[in-house]
Amino acid sequence: MTLDMLNYTVAWPEIFLLAITCLVLVVDVYLKDENRNVSYVLAQFGLIITLLLLVMTDSAEKTVAFNGHFVSDAMASVLKIFIVAVVATIFVYSRDYLKQREIFKGEFYVLGLFATLGMMMMVSAYSFLSLYLGLELLSLSLYAMVAFNRDNSNASEAAMKYFVLGAIASGMLLYGMSMIYGATGSLEITQVAASIADQKHNSMVLVFGLVFLVVGMAFKLGAVPFHMWIPDVYQGAPTIVTSFIATAPKIAGFAMIMRLLVEGMGGMHGDWQMMLVILSVLSMAIGNIVAIAQTNLKRMLAYSTISHVGFLVLGILAGTSEGYSAAMFYTLTYALMSLGGFGMIILLTRSGYEAENIDDFKGLNQRSPWFAFMMLILMFSMAGVPPTVGFWAKLAVLQAVISIDMLWLALVAVFFSIIGVFYYLRIIKIMYFDKNEDNAPIQKGHDMQLAISVNGLAILALGLYPAGLMALCASIFA
Amino acid sequence: MLADWPLLSLVVWLPILGGIVVLLSGDKGDAEGTRRLALGFSLLTFLLSLGLYTGFDVNTADMQFVERFEWISTFNIFYHFGIDGISMPLIILTTFTTVLVILAGWEVIKVRPSQYMAAFLIMEGLMVGVFAALDSIFFYVFWEAMLIPMFIIIGVWGGPRRVYATIKFFIYTFFGSVFMLVAMIYMYYQSGSFAILDMHTMKLGMTEQTFIFIAFLMAFAVKVPMWPVHTWLPDAHVEAPTGGSVILAAIMLKIGGYGFLRFSLPITPDASSSLDWLIILMSLIAVVYIGFVALVQTDMKKLVAYSSIAHMGFVTLGLFVVFRIWANPANTDISGAAMAIEGAMIQMISHGFISGAMFLMIGVLYDRMHSREINDYGGVVNTMPVFAAFAVFFAMSNAGLPGTSGFVGEFMVIIASFKANFWFAFLAATTLILGAAYTLWMVKRVFYGEIKNDNVKALQDINSRELMIMATLAVAVLALGLWPAPVVDVMHASVNNLLQHIAVSKL
Repeated sequence: MTLDMLNYTVAWPEIFLLAITCLVLVVDVYLKDENRNVSYVLAQFGLIITLLLLVMTDSAEKTVAFNGHFVSDAMASVLKIFIVAVVATIFVYSRDYLKQREIFKGEFYVLGLFATLGMMMMVSAYSFLSLYLGLELLSLSLYAMVAFNRDNSNASEAAMKYFVLGAIASGMLLYGMSMIYGATGSLEITQVAASIADQKHNSMVLVFGLVFLVVGMAFKLGAVPFHMWIPDVYQGAPTIVTSFIATAPKIAGFAMIMRLLVEGMGGMHGDWQMMLVILSVLSMAIGNIVAIAQTNLKRMLAYSTISHVGFLVLGILAGTSEGYSAAMFYTLTYALMSLGGFGMIILLTRSGYEAENIDDFKGLNQRSPWFAFMMLILMFSMAGVPPTVGFWAKLAVLQAVISIDMLWLALVAVFFSIIGVFYYLRIIKIMYFDKNEDNAPIQKGHDMQLAISVNGLAILALGLYPAGLMALCASIFA
Repeated sequence: MLADWPLLSLVVWLPILGGIVVLLSGDKGDAEGTRRLALGFSLLTFLLSLGLYTGFDVNTADMQFVERFEWISTFNIFYHFGIDGISMPLIILTTFTTVLVILAGWEVIKVRPSQYMAAFLIMEGLMVGVFAALDSIFFYVFWEAMLIPMFIIIGVWGGPRRVYATIKFFIYTFFGSVFMLVAMIYMYYQSGSFAILDMHTMKLGMTEQTFIFIAFLMAFAVKVPMWPVHTWLPDAHVEAPTGGSVILAAIMLKIGGYGFLRFSLPITPDASSSLDWLIILMSLIAVVYIGFVALVQTDMKKLVAYSSIAHMGFVTLGLFVVFRIWANPANTDISGAAMAIEGAMIQMISHGFISGAMFLMIGVLYDRMHSREINDYGGVVNTMPVFAAFAVFFAMSNAGLPGTSGFVGEFMVIIASFKANFWFAFLAATTLILGAAYTLWMVKRVFYGEIKNDNVKALQDINSRELMIMATLAVAVLALGLWPAPVVDVMHASVNNLLQHIAVSKL
């Protein structure tokens, strides 16, 4: 077997990213602390080149490489472009935050880059093996990132919790994969699908395998009742790491569901649809109701994530191309909103002050009307109020659910979104209606202020003209 | 020439753009410049909206000034504007009221005036959008987006319990509207189109119609508001700043009535017909019971808020009594039904003027005394004679005095109700007594009698700015009361078309 047969050229972006990550790792060792910016710039440079490579190699054509373990198609390209862009934005948010905590170290960027590589692998994986590899590369990097501020006991505790529960989830997933391998005799997604279609399999084992797969994925995404780690990890991790966990990995998680459930186990749609309905309804219920009781903003956003996962799953369970494109639209826009939400917390932090309580946003409109307005857009978007993009995301998944005659599910979804509105409104209330108690100016560089403004305005702009992104998502599954 | 312009887009986007400009002018510079800028934008919008009246063809029921572009092709959603005789008067009411509201907040708003003015301008554009949109999702976007500036206005510039009031307002309205959204998506799957006019013509079975009717009812009943989902209104009114109360009463409530006309009646005529008793019952309860509730209020704003609910009861009564008029074998022509709907429309416009004027009056007193309690006043006529004259005039029109606009709408609805059922008319007519009782009793206690305390003694009469606002509204109330024909003519073709449409079963 020669190298050419591997068809490795489709993986150029990944190969480049791996190389540059190793470079950052090596260069960083020889840097003095005051020159740490070099690592940052190099990491950003690597991401930007990766982004360019992705855009250049972007094609709707489906190409399989590495003997069926790796695939490049339209969905993979779009998701990877979003993942890399989101990570680059997080790196912009990270610099001042890390400096103010005296943890501005090269390792953060190395781990972040490895996590990115893992996510890109997950998105392009075309066999259980490569998918698991990507997932573990992502997870291990994230565990380390959560514990990054090692002197902070909360962060260490969160990392421990995340690691233990994450390992259980990985175990579940692996167990499910091995069962499916036993039933169908293959690890490759296309062959699993073919085997299910031919009905040449042991269906009992297959259904068991499916259950374990769904449980593992629910753990990773944080769907109720497998959500316990989310609030603690979101709250305990350094905010910049929380913003990382809450954004790009959700996109990768969406890809994982699409590859495993839809492409691999699409023939068993009837079996997994009901499981997803339960996960979705429970997530929307628990997420929205418990979020009301939170006083810590990171924890509140954690429960809000859980409820958004419930909405996202609605699109997938519809099992139609419309539903998949709706779920993809939801995932991408949710990543943007979440990025902005945690970005706002980071914006208000300064050394020795985490700004993570809801009350820390009191009177923000007096301190900084512009950023209060950005947060207003973000909160209304998460609540799903037009003219922000969150509304279109909800509209798309509701349409998907109604199109398969599950009107009751749509009604349940809108009912919980009414409950959800309450806690988003509370943030706006705190910012606009309450008295200012804190007059410290914002201590973040212009790069971050610009990035978060672009982030907020993008939510509004996509809300006014969602057609482009919607058409893009629809074209992928057409 | 004016007809070639995309006039509706201009009237929607100019105030929104103006709001952004005003917002960017900031609060650090001089507030005077900010206010003038805001006034300029609102006046320009008002003048442009008059073009909708002059260029309007009264002989057709078709949509006019139509603009239609593809917006979101994936879901077949269009940027689709157009007006008929039902929406056009309400658009002009909106642009007219906004000018007055900007003037009313002139010196009164000292906290962040640019944000205040900007919120009203943006809301103006959004409300016009609600009346002009002909694509249901486009409509829904305006309908929901409108809540955001109102939420901010009540919450930032409101009274002591503003946070409670504004969150209640938002959640109530949001609660009603999401079910409407589900109904719209459902109809999209039946007909393949989000266009409101396509929904008018699509066939629907009785069960579907009933569910869709209830979904719309939840949205519009909260907005109107109808008994028993009216409780957000007194809270919102009491806590809102004067301008907020005026916009709420004069326009936001009309959006509920407009919704019945544009969605409920034409889309679900059979369900409307079979459930008309429900609406009529709720309307009559609003008229009679809420009228009694208004009688015992001690807070002036709360009193006017309850009076608004009672008056809006007339609107919903007029809209749905139509089916009972047809059901009554004594009536063979459609003129009685047309009178009911047109009466409801006139009542909406008239209530826009009168309730706006009432809230502005309370605002004038509140700015001077910082109290809305009726008991804190007495003998105001001695210190503010000019103001008292206007107050008595508006109070009379609120009570439905012939010659004022308040009389026309109520009279038309009562006459039409007679053709349906004597008891409907009888109960509705109690408003003439109740309305007179609560309004005039309030005027008596506030304005007449001995000067009650030193604060009243120190009152200054209205200045020229306030005089101008009051006089403009008084002219509008009188004009509509003495000569309603121009407004009725405008809506005649559209109302007849609507009646012919709902007379045909969709089953």
